[in-house]
Amino acid sequence: MPLSRLSSPFLSGTNRVTLQMLQLLLALVPAVIGIVYFFGPSVLITMTLAIVVALLTEALMLKLRNRPLKPFLTDGSAIVTAVLLAIALPPLAPWWLVTIGILFAIIFAKHLYGGLGYNPFNPAMVAYVVLLISFPLEMTTWLPVTTLSEHPLDFASAFQVIFTGQISSGVAIDALSGATPLDTMKTHIGLLQTPAEIIQQPLFGLFGGKGWEWINGLFIVGGLYLIYRRVISWHIPVAMIASLATISAITWFISPEITGSPLFHLLSGGTMLGAFFIATDPITASTTVKGRIVFGAGVGLLTYIIRVWGGYPDGVAFAVLLMNMMVPLIDYYTQPKVYGAKQ
Amino acid sequence: MTDKLSSFPGGLVLDGQKRRSTQTPIRQIPLSKKLILPLQQHIGEASAPIVEIGDRVLKGQKIARAEGHVSVYLHAPSSGVITAIDEQPIPHPSGLSALCITIETDGEDRWIEHKGSADFRQLTEHDIRHQIREAGIVGLGGAGFPSFIKLNPGVHHHIETLVLNGVECEPYITCDDMLMRERADGILDGIEIMIFALRVKHCIIAIEDNKAEAIAAVEAALSQRPKLQNTKVVAIPTRYPAGSEKQLIQVLTGKQVPSGGLPIDLSIVCHNVGTSYAIGRAINHGEPLISRIVTVTGTDVKHAGNFETLFGTPMDEVLAFCETKHQPGEPFILGGPMMGYNLSGVNLPVTKTANCILVGVDNAAPASKPLPCIRCGECATACPVSLLPQQLYWHARAKDLEKTQDYNLFDCIECGCCSYVCPSKIPLVHYFRFAKTEIMNQQQETLKADNARIRHDNRQQRQEAEKKEKEERQRQRKAALAATKAAKEKEAAEKANNPDNVENN
Amino acid sequence: MLSAIAAITLMALFFGLLLGYASIRFKVEGDPIADQIDKLLPQTQCGQCSFAGCRPYAEAMAAGEADINRCPPGGEATIQALADLLEVEVLALDEECGEEKPKTLAVIVEDRCIGCTLCIQACPVDAILGAAKQMHTVITEECTGCELCVPPCPVDCIDMIEVKQNPNTWRWPDPDHLDLKSGGES
Repeated sequence: MPLSRLSSPFLSGTNRVTLQMLQLLLALVPAVIGIVYFFGPSVLITMTLAIVVALLTEALMLKLRNRPLKPFLTDGSAIVTAVLLAIALPPLAPWWLVTIGILFAIIFAKHLYGGLGYNPFNPAMVAYVVLLISFPLEMTTWLPVTTLSEHPLDFASAFQVIFTGQISSGVAIDALSGATPLDTMKTHIGLLQTPAEIIQQPLFGLFGGKGWEWINGLFIVGGLYLIYRRVISWHIPVAMIASLATISAITWFISPEITGSPLFHLLSGGTMLGAFFIATDPITASTTVKGRIVFGAGVGLLTYIIRVWGGYPDGVAFAVLLMNMMVPLIDYYTQPKVYGAKQ
Repeated sequence: MTDKLSSFPGGLVLDGQKRRSTQTPIRQIPLSKKLILPLQQHIGEASAPIVEIGDRVLKGQKIARAEGHVSVYLHAPSSGVITAIDEQPIPHPSGLSALCITIETDGEDRWIEHKGSADFRQLTEHDIRHQIREAGIVGLGGAGFPSFIKLNPGVHHHIETLVLNGVECEPYITCDDMLMRERADGILDGIEIMIFALRVKHCIIAIEDNKAEAIAAVEAALSQRPKLQNTKVVAIPTRYPAGSEKQLIQVLTGKQVPSGGLPIDLSIVCHNVGTSYAIGRAINHGEPLISRIVTVTGTDVKHAGNFETLFGTPMDEVLAFCETKHQPGEPFILGGPMMGYNLSGVNLPVTKTANCILVGVDNAAPASKPLPCIRCGECATACPVSLLPQQLYWHARAKDLEKTQDYNLFDCIECGCCSYVCPSKIPLVHYFRFAKTEIMNQQQETLKADNARIRHDNRQQRQEAEKKEKEERQRQRKAALAATKAAKEKEAAEKANNPDNVENN
Repeated sequence: MLSAIAAITLMALFFGLLLGYASIRFKVEGDPIADQIDKLLPQTQCGQCSFAGCRPYAEAMAAGEADINRCPPGGEATIQALADLLEVEVLALDEECGEEKPKTLAVIVEDRCIGCTLCIQACPVDAILGAAKQMHTVITEECTGCELCVPPCPVDCIDMIEVKQNPNTWRWPDPDHLDLKSGGES
């Protein structure tokens, strides 16, 4: 008799992996619209390219590993990795940069560890870090906000730049690009300006970088939606934001000349993307409740340290990977007390 | 005991599906031609038959006696002839067979002479426990633990509270609900007896708050009993698995039963309302346990409801009585959808622990290959025992059984909350059950192996000792022989020196 | 240059002393390896491994003179456990030693027994009760299923009966070996 060897329970809830992935993508929509508004449509091109390459690579790896295509290709995890990486990369990232990144993420950071659920490191962040270290120039070449740009790009020209590296109007790529607010803050502090002076530049908006603060705000909106729908729990985002805010507040209070204000840090760069979408990746984050708080706090702390005293303008990617390494240790020491256990 | 209720972590709010089987009163299943009675319908040692093939038995007559301490008697549910004592398939997840007594009923349903006590307070507590054991009463909540043992406070314990478990938290099951609605008096009879036997101060009847009629019925019956002033009904929030003994105690008292311990360590004893009813019938009316209320329900059952069923009745007759149209590929579940098990067939007998037969479930779990674990942690959030099902899963899968015990595998109550919430649809409880039986099997094998090693070593020592003894004897014999030889030679030498055989001075 | 060599040498000496001290001070008294191996063996004492019992086989493995895959009654589980303990590769059961069979117990057919005590002398765990010219019987709880009593019996009256599973000894099947789509065995 079929099913006679299976154990109870015979009921199951509506929670599904694919559903979670789709809701994650949905939650990213407001922020993506924000990016397109502020930085032009190039991110959409990057995203599409990333998704296509990701799905093809995933199919290839599944074939090579003799795994069935059906549940794995359609579970949405490859698409989520692709989208997150596309958002994290600079808008004018060349097609080969995106491709190498996705290949690395899917092949090395995911499948060579065993596929869905077995990877200890966040694939999108692994890819980002590999690209950052290998191609520092392309990875730090950002577009200025379209309102500030002398040569705002439309869809066609963006397409041209990404795939051919040139633009028909003859403008040099260098003239198109600009630094990010975090980058600017870091370099100008190195030039002994005070943060108060630096944020007078047109690059900076009310709290953080112009445009960036909106985008971070939209990430917050998406993240709150995810918490409401119980796709992620509140522990990691709150812990990360709290720890980042706390340490930047303390430093701001003691010596405000070394970096920007706490609000600046919270609303710049990849802070909110990291807090709600990257650090919360269930596969690579801590699993116990207390562990998640420690994990989130660690990511916040490390992000700040790398931003202020490290060599890179934004530290979210490295912070996440470093905390991924600590996860087994954190999980071991934050086990809940079992019912009936001795005190 | 304070009135403030506590709660347990995790758990689920499930769709109760109770309405299906509570639309009609309790009905009787017609007498079956053949009753098959497994000798083990309880935890502990199987009962031993005291009848032979061909014997005529009356309804309520003892047909098997208790073996060992943790055991109870078994009775004929109806009058008839014993036609077989052999291995028959029994309701069990394995689908295996066990020793059963088969009775062919004669249709007369004649009772053996029996009499209850007019006033049980004239009996000693020991007598009451003895009668309960003789009546074959076991926990009717599903576990089947011999009830007389849980009515013995023992020398070292002083019981404060008796808790009556009328919670019935699993979806679909409603037998306790209907019993409380229709036979609340009988349940209270049993409570009076139990309070007397345990010498407790108070009694709490815990009922989930989705059973308004049952709460009303029990409270009404309680108001007619001045002797039960120390008993009250407590409505607890509906959450699965509040009916699990340890979780119920946590809700009522906020305390946790120590690991490896029993509720008696907290001065509490828990009994099911059905058990209480059976105790009342046994002591006050002399009726042994020969039937129980079974819920028959599910999407495939036309006339779902609760039925008083004699033990040994084949389940296919019960299902036919309710007009069941079984869909191919669907399981027949004995018990509830969260903790019940799949039956290998339906010509199996109803036993003392059969509380529900479930055919067809809404929102059934998909029978497809699960995705890998995405470490979301939902299982740990849902676990009422605060375990880490994820870790148990990884280690059970890796067959690292020692590690699973480090993560408290045997504290798992197999409630199924973790499997229910898993987004990858991993059958977590199956892995835990697998790990548990593997560990128990390994422990048995290790015991056997240790025993064999000792016997082997003893044998070798014995053989060595025998060998040594033999050598020692040989050596002594040789020495004796040599001594005799030497003496003879000496004599011969002396003879040679003294030919006249004159002794020297 | 000289100072560098001196510094490294001094450090090496220092750490060497530290390690030596630690190895003595924090030494953990453990089982000798043969005892640990013996604990993992099933104690059937059948001799299929070509050693005179489980203990001699354990000692041979401890001395590195025997492979870990010579025990049919222990089967795959024992080989795995031995591989974990000795940190060697898992090997398939050596076919020359026998094959993994379901557990059997010896039963003497009393009609045929002549009371010769040959089986009693052969049993490595003294699981056969009897005396000369008296009926012999196997104590079921003590029998390990090693089959050493079967060859010596001159009237071939010992049968090896498979141990039947009963509901109390039944184990849940391994979920990884179930074909969950059909629910049956894969």
